[in-house]
Amino acid sequence: MKIQEGLYYSVEHEWLRVEDDKAYVGITDFAQQHLGDIVFVELPELDEAVEAGGQIGVIESVKAVSSMFSPVSGTIIEVNEELENAPELLNEDPYGQHIAVIKMNNTADLDGLLNETQYSELCEKEEQGGE
Amino acid sequence: MPKLLIEKNVPGSNAFALPPCDLNMSPLEDSIPSQFLRQDAPRIPELSEVEAVRHYTELSHRAYGVDDGLYPLGSCTMKYNPKINEWAARLPGFAHVHPYQPARTVQGCLQLMSETEKMLCEIAGMDRFTLQPAAGAHGEMTGAMIIKAYHTHHQDHKRTKMLIPDSAHGTNPATTNVVGYKVVELKSNADGLIDLDDLRAKMDDEVAGLMLTNPNTLGLFEKDIDEIAKIVHGGGGLLYYDGANLNAIMGVARPGDMGFDIVHVNLHKTFSTPHGGGGPGSGPVGVKAFLADYLPMPLIKKEGEEYSLDYDRPLSIGRVRSFYGNFGVIVKAYAYILALGSEGIRDACEQAVLNANYLRIKLRDDYHIPFDRLCKHEFVATSRKQMEESHISTLDIAKRLMDYGYHPPTVYFPLIVKEALMVEPTETESRERLDDFIAAMQNIAQESRKTPDIVLSAPHSTVIKRIDEVQAARNPIVRW
Repeated sequence: MKIQEGLYYSVEHEWLRVEDDKAYVGITDFAQQHLGDIVFVELPELDEAVEAGGQIGVIESVKAVSSMFSPVSGTIIEVNEELENAPELLNEDPYGQHIAVIKMNNTADLDGLLNETQYSELCEKEEQGGE
Repeated sequence: MPKLLIEKNVPGSNAFALPPCDLNMSPLEDSIPSQFLRQDAPRIPELSEVEAVRHYTELSHRAYGVDDGLYPLGSCTMKYNPKINEWAARLPGFAHVHPYQPARTVQGCLQLMSETEKMLCEIAGMDRFTLQPAAGAHGEMTGAMIIKAYHTHHQDHKRTKMLIPDSAHGTNPATTNVVGYKVVELKSNADGLIDLDDLRAKMDDEVAGLMLTNPNTLGLFEKDIDEIAKIVHGGGGLLYYDGANLNAIMGVARPGDMGFDIVHVNLHKTFSTPHGGGGPGSGPVGVKAFLADYLPMPLIKKEGEEYSLDYDRPLSIGRVRSFYGNFGVIVKAYAYILALGSEGIRDACEQAVLNANYLRIKLRDDYHIPFDRLCKHEFVATSRKQMEESHISTLDIAKRLMDYGYHPPTVYFPLIVKEALMVEPTETESRERLDDFIAAMQNIAQESRKTPDIVLSAPHSTVIKRIDEVQAARNPIVRW
């Protein structure tokens, strides 16, 4: 399982790449492995305002339907439309494919996120833990 | 694959002949404008009667139902459908009435509906029931609409959120979404139950209610239900009971006594009427007295000895279905409840719980059981051992079960358990049947160790082998 350096991570298994006040959001390798083959992605609407922790999309795999949450608050300024016709891209290249770009309005949101070491520990715990 | 009817078409083979028409025929164009008339004849397949009968008989041999064998689908209560229920529903006084008949000419039907309502009230601990909703999810939607109507009527417009545990059936968030609520997920704790701290943190004056299945989808009873009810009611919310797992407590405990305000029951699960394609379903919704005014209308009213349909209900959310619900299904459930009586209802519940625990204990050596303690009517196993030994997943085990002649259990649900395999035997099954199923599961565990390929490539005995589910979901071909 891959964890990329230089990204922020959420406990909901999303990654965040920050460029100035823009945040690229996607799902991690851990997330795509556990979801299994992804067959449908419902993207957020452009210009939609999102809260940290608010839902920004739905990811459907053969096993389950999962909500995707925004790790930061702000406005959706771009969505990755390619995923609508090729949801498998999230399986093939989870860190290369963002789901949306959020223009952040509160960079303090980033303080609550994990770095790669913390995220790696979380994944390890989840892999072994739980009943 | 068998050919489709349209592929079996043999022009001229229709097995009927109409007598010559003795009416004066006028051209269709005289009565229907020509732009609305089709130019070509519809492609209706022509087959002789015997070939049509054989077609459907062949298809019926490929179906699997509770009449074929164990159907251990979890959170589904696939119990036997007693055949006497079918007799009852086909009685001419029930089968041949018309919904527009005046009430005084269908007193028997109304009496049956009224008595079914009373019996459901007694079983669920509620004060009134509507029999209209056509299935479980429809009942949930009706319940959510009642919650909304209640808060709206009390000028409480801030409540826009519904609390739903992460172990819930997918229909809970789906139906509340349809009604316009925002879903807020509640976390389960390490025991597989609602995390009370999480509930306390999320319960505020924007929460309309909590939808809860008890026992939950892990087959575990929410033992803190008293405290849960206190927290929700204390915050001004209502407590909704998803009746999918009512079979696990019926005759023993009642949602109404646990503090639930609204409940839906599935007649096609708990009360033995056919399920799925053999349905239709029926999802009556019951409420405590303070919510009765919001129930869909009409309700059945009894004055003296006369039954009537009561439409004078100004606070009602209105109709949720045409006419009075799936009436034939209600007749079957009525017959079932009367046949069992109050002792039989309790006995069915106890047998269902005993059967589930018997399976759980017999399977625990071969399969990982994440919450391995006294369960109610169902339990969750996983393929963790098989996964570690030979990369065999729950899906592989489910497919292999088909080779042993069983319908697979519910898989990959609840979502909070990895590789979940959820088994609900119901009270219907005998010890001998359960032992056969246990033997099949033990064999599969052994195969997983010794000859994993046979499991990984299952099923081998079915008409259609392993389906490419990914391809089917990504590129569905939905028309012929």
